[in-house]
Amino acid sequence: MTETPLVEFNALKVRFKGERTVHAINGLSLSMQQGETLGLLGESGSGKSVTLKTLLRLLPPRRSEIEGSVRVNGTDITTLSGRALSAYRGREVSMVFQEPALALDPVYTIGDQIAETVMRHKGIGRHAAMDVALDMLTRVRIPSPERRLKNYPHEMSGGMRQRAMIALALACRPKLLLADEPTTALDATVQIQILLLLRELQREFGMGVIFVTHDIGVAVEVSDRIAVMYAGNIVETGTTRDVIKNPRHPYTRGLLAANLHGAVKGERLDAIPGSPPALEELPSACSFAPRCAFARPQCLSGLPPVTDLGDGHSVACVLEHPAFDERSREALPV
Amino acid sequence: MFTYLVRRLIYVLPVAVGVSIICFLLVHIAPGDPLTAIMPVDATAEEQAAMRSAYGLDKPLPVQYAIWIGKAAMGDLGKSIATGRPVADEVFTAVRNSLLLAFSASVIAFPIGLFLGFLAGYFRDTIFDRLVTAIAITGVSVPNYWLGIVLVIIFSVQLGWLPSMGAGPGGSGEWTWDYAHVRHLILPAVTLAVVPIGIVARTVRALVGDIFSMDFVQALYAKGLRHGDVLRHVVRNAAPTALSVMGLQLGYLLGGSILIETVFNWPGSGFLLSNAIFQRDLPLLQGTILILSLFFVGMNLIVDVAQAAIDPRIKRS
Ligand SMILES: Nc1ncnc2c1ncn2[C@@H]1O[C@H](COP(=O)(O)OP(=O)(O)OP(=O)(O)O)[C@@H](O)[C@H]1O
Ligand code: SF4
Ligand SMILES: [Mg+2]
Repeated sequence: MTETPLVEFNALKVRFKGERTVHAINGLSLSMQQGETLGLLGESGSGKSVTLKTLLRLLPPRRSEIEGSVRVNGTDITTLSGRALSAYRGREVSMVFQEPALALDPVYTIGDQIAETVMRHKGIGRHAAMDVALDMLTRVRIPSPERRLKNYPHEMSGGMRQRAMIALALACRPKLLLADEPTTALDATVQIQILLLLRELQREFGMGVIFVTHDIGVAVEVSDRIAVMYAGNIVETGTTRDVIKNPRHPYTRGLLAANLHGAVKGERLDAIPGSPPALEELPSACSFAPRCAFARPQCLSGLPPVTDLGDGHSVACVLEHPAFDERSREALPV
Repeated sequence: MFTYLVRRLIYVLPVAVGVSIICFLLVHIAPGDPLTAIMPVDATAEEQAAMRSAYGLDKPLPVQYAIWIGKAAMGDLGKSIATGRPVADEVFTAVRNSLLLAFSASVIAFPIGLFLGFLAGYFRDTIFDRLVTAIAITGVSVPNYWLGIVLVIIFSVQLGWLPSMGAGPGGSGEWTWDYAHVRHLILPAVTLAVVPIGIVARTVRALVGDIFSMDFVQALYAKGLRHGDVLRHVVRNAAPTALSVMGLQLGYLLGGSILIETVFNWPGSGFLLSNAIFQRDLPLLQGTILILSLFFVGMNLIVDVAQAAIDPRIKRS
């Protein structure tokens, strides 16, 4: 008997309509176990935030179309609506945003904002909810939490606000926490504190975490597994160790070569020549081909097949497919 | 909050004094001798001088100001040159009538403006939004005295539904809340409401539209709030600015209704003011301007304090 996966994306497609169509997610499939931390890596515009927002159904309903399924603990959440949707948001899955200064309501106190969620989901009174809020602020180690309960967001520092945001997100003990570049807006020293805090709380609460970052160093630090996104799809996924030690996709290799060997921590993933494709049309071939040093005719004749390399390591590239001619593969520079 | 209130009150004092000096000077700098308006053309020089000293107009300006403001502080604004009645009484009645008109216009304008503005901001870039924007721009740009005249032609002259002149059937200026009086209030109040409807709707539309596009709204949905709760947050965020716009509009309505009061012969402060100007009734003019200005200062104070009370982002310490 295997456990129900925490998250299961199955051929997810997300399209934005408007003046021009954007195919933001193109057939993404991925599954994630309970309590696992997944690092989501990829260039700007590769669809990381859209993936997280799809999980919380935060995309503008009139301007976006979702196809495929996303199961969280076995329930397809793409069809949730009304009461079921709001009961799901914040309780099963919650989110820590990149900019706590913008993600907290400026005219409500921190205590009120946390208590509001708790009251919503636990159906308890304001007084009890405030106790939960106080407990959460203590857990995220905000100094003098009683006083901070009554603070407004603008009365706190950036690091403290992000701690408060984490307290808010975890107040209802979600099974899955989405963290969209939660430390990018913070000073370097504060970044590390927040990362350590997140890791500690993840262990304490046993929740799954999807951690979006541009920083490979951070991804290696926090994640059990890594998924690399490119142009709205996952091109490679595996345990952190496998992906870092034995990257198979040319894009992943490019990223690692650019970031690990140079050891420039915190730098954006932009060292691969060329730029990501416009997403105006559904891809019919490997999206990375125009920038790929190993591209060959097969790459353009169809979507690259996904190959399972064992131990959950999989990659979407024709070079890795067993049917691919071994001799030309050996000739590859690694 | 208490210290904030006290500090704001202290700040108001010099403003009030400055306002009173400007009121006083404006009237004195204005061309024309107030005496010519009331003296017979053949009055002798002695008669003129006697009149002059009776009204204190022979003294140096600073002395005149000191006397005037000293008495004003005691509630005595002198006597009207034209009618001989105490200015304070005249102004009191007129301001009460103007307040009545301004509040009635606000009661019409603010809910409509808030409602239209909120919906337009909520349904931003839809047909409804464009419609509201068009209404708002029309409301703000149509000259309201012209609109007043048009309404009079339609509802008083053509249809004969509503009276067009005065504040009541008797013309006594005494207001009572009965059908006969309220009928007189409808046309001027509706006319006066048009501009603030436009201004409030436009401001609130921009405000609500901006708030809805902020990240925290998405974060509120993300934590599982229902639509109604999110709207409550949006309203709380919009309230301080909306409130201050409405407060200032009320101030403008009070002082800025001269044309409407003239069109409808409404015995308010604007009407009084225009009479005082045409009759060169110096004490009346000074008194009216002073009271209206102080009202405006007071309104600003109330708006600021109320805003600080409901907006935590404003530093109160
Ligand atoms: N609401 C929207 N309407 C239209 N297009 C959108 C919307 N949100 C995202 N997109 C598009 O979807 C694509 C993926 O965007 P996404 O925000 O997921 O990128 P990302 O990987 O999070 O990038 P970054 O690292 O810069 O945050 C982009 O091309 C973006 O322009
Ligand atoms: S499929 Fe071809 S183009 Fe795409 S990454 Fe692999 S080798 Fe490069
Ligand atoms: Mg993003």
